[in-house]
Amino acid sequence: MRKQKELIGLLALRISILFVVISFLAILIFISIKGFKVLNIGFLLEVPKDGMTKGGIFPAIIGTLYLSIGTIIFALPLGVLSAIYLIEYAKHKGLIKTIRIGVDALAGVPSVVFGLFGLAVFVKLFNFGVSILSGALTLGIMILPVIIKASEEAILAVPQEFKEASFAVGATKWQTITKIVLPTALPGIITGTILGIGRAAGETAPILFTAVTFYQRLLPHSIFDEVMALPYHIYALMTEGTASEYQVPIAYGTAVVLLGLVMSINFIAILIRIRGRRAKKW
Amino acid sequence: MVNHKIITKNLDLWYGDSPCLKNINISIPENAVTAIMGPSGCGKSTLLRVFNRLNDLIDGTRITGKVLLDEQDIYKDIKDIFHLRKKVGMVFQKVNPFPKTIFENVAYGLKIHGWKDKTKIEKKVHDSIIDVGLWDEVKDCLHKNAFSLSGGQQQRLCIARAIAIEPEVVLFDEPCSALDPISTAKIEQLIEELKQKYTIIIVTHNLQQAARVSDYTAFMLLGDLIEFSETNQMFTTPKDKRTENYLTGKFG
Repeated sequence: MRKQKELIGLLALRISILFVVISFLAILIFISIKGFKVLNIGFLLEVPKDGMTKGGIFPAIIGTLYLSIGTIIFALPLGVLSAIYLIEYAKHKGLIKTIRIGVDALAGVPSVVFGLFGLAVFVKLFNFGVSILSGALTLGIMILPVIIKASEEAILAVPQEFKEASFAVGATKWQTITKIVLPTALPGIITGTILGIGRAAGETAPILFTAVTFYQRLLPHSIFDEVMALPYHIYALMTEGTASEYQVPIAYGTAVVLLGLVMSINFIAILIRIRGRRAKKW
Repeated sequence: MVNHKIITKNLDLWYGDSPCLKNINISIPENAVTAIMGPSGCGKSTLLRVFNRLNDLIDGTRITGKVLLDEQDIYKDIKDIFHLRKKVGMVFQKVNPFPKTIFENVAYGLKIHGWKDKTKIEKKVHDSIIDVGLWDEVKDCLHKNAFSLSGGQQQRLCIARAIAIEPEVVLFDEPCSALDPISTAKIEQLIEELKQKYTIIIVTHNLQQAARVSDYTAFMLLGDLIEFSETNQMFTTPKDKRTENYLTGKFG
């Protein structure tokens, strides 16, 4: 009887993992088969042509790149500094707890809500318009919790002995943080940030009202220009226009590129984490 | 006539509400090795961390009484902890080089203290590593990570880091507890040499080590300083019954 229960349990585990692996492979294979038809160098390097029925997705790739870079520039310093404050400086237990709950809550907000927030605040209130800036700020706020959490964990993992040794030669708290704590925590912080960026790069809703446009012939010139972006490009190809027999393959091709991009970003994060762990000798 | 480098007067210390040091009066002789020994939890490490105010890092630490370094009260007269810690260096129980190169480890304190001139820094790093007898072992790998060294080498590197900024007092908090006997012997020999230049205070729960390296020994128990005298005298004719019991292994 006990043996049977064990067998049933094991079977459930195996079916679960099989289901996960099959789903993952199915997505990869399905998207690839549908998308590979349109993939070639021209697809990556050309602008869309003939009412989105031909040509490539170069502006969308560039747009997603710009948005990602903007997101990092905004969210990385803010996230790291917040984490430093929470761990090293904040004294009031109640305040820390409240901020942590706030950060966790932020992580659970649906991405379309961030989009609406970005529209109301960055696009309208600050008058940044529909632009790279508004989109990057919106995405940045969305991934702040990821960066803060990763930074906090990385900072907490720095051994107390390192800090004591630094204080013992006369370093101030700020010197200790900038010269010892942050360099030691850096691989963890970078890994967390890159994973956050991977998520931001693939999101549609936060940039829907804040940054993107369906079609743009020229590349953006400044952070106040609107851009094309890969996830929105897919959405637009599937919902707008009339020549769906041409648009759908392009949408799948774009999906392959987006998938490849996000997976490469995550892969880089994993590489940095592995290197960081290997270098860690304490 | 012995000159006293550090003097405590009626020193009490609490962590929150629990007293950790009770009415400590001790005078640490200059250019000598003073050992502080006692069983775990007696307050010996806490006392050591009073001398460079490292206890300040722990919330809820309260101190009354005086701690004088060269007749200056380190809690009142020395306004900037930075200056205190320049004079009072420390070597830790858990061997703790920074995850940086060997060179950077020693140069760290110098840079903290505003050294800019590259050649001067290089010279000082070189001299400090020579002083701890590590030069021949590391001269070809100064720019390798400090963690590539053995435990004993790492601890000597930590000593080099502490003495690079030319302190007057060096505190050792059980510096050999994680080391093998050969490395321990090297560190002890080094401490013997260093006392020419520095006043040394070493916390240990190893009686033999206290006997080997120190000129003076303090014995502590549950936050009290039980006895303080020349090491020879304490180990041959302890005045207090409790010291005798500890030395003869009746408890520990």
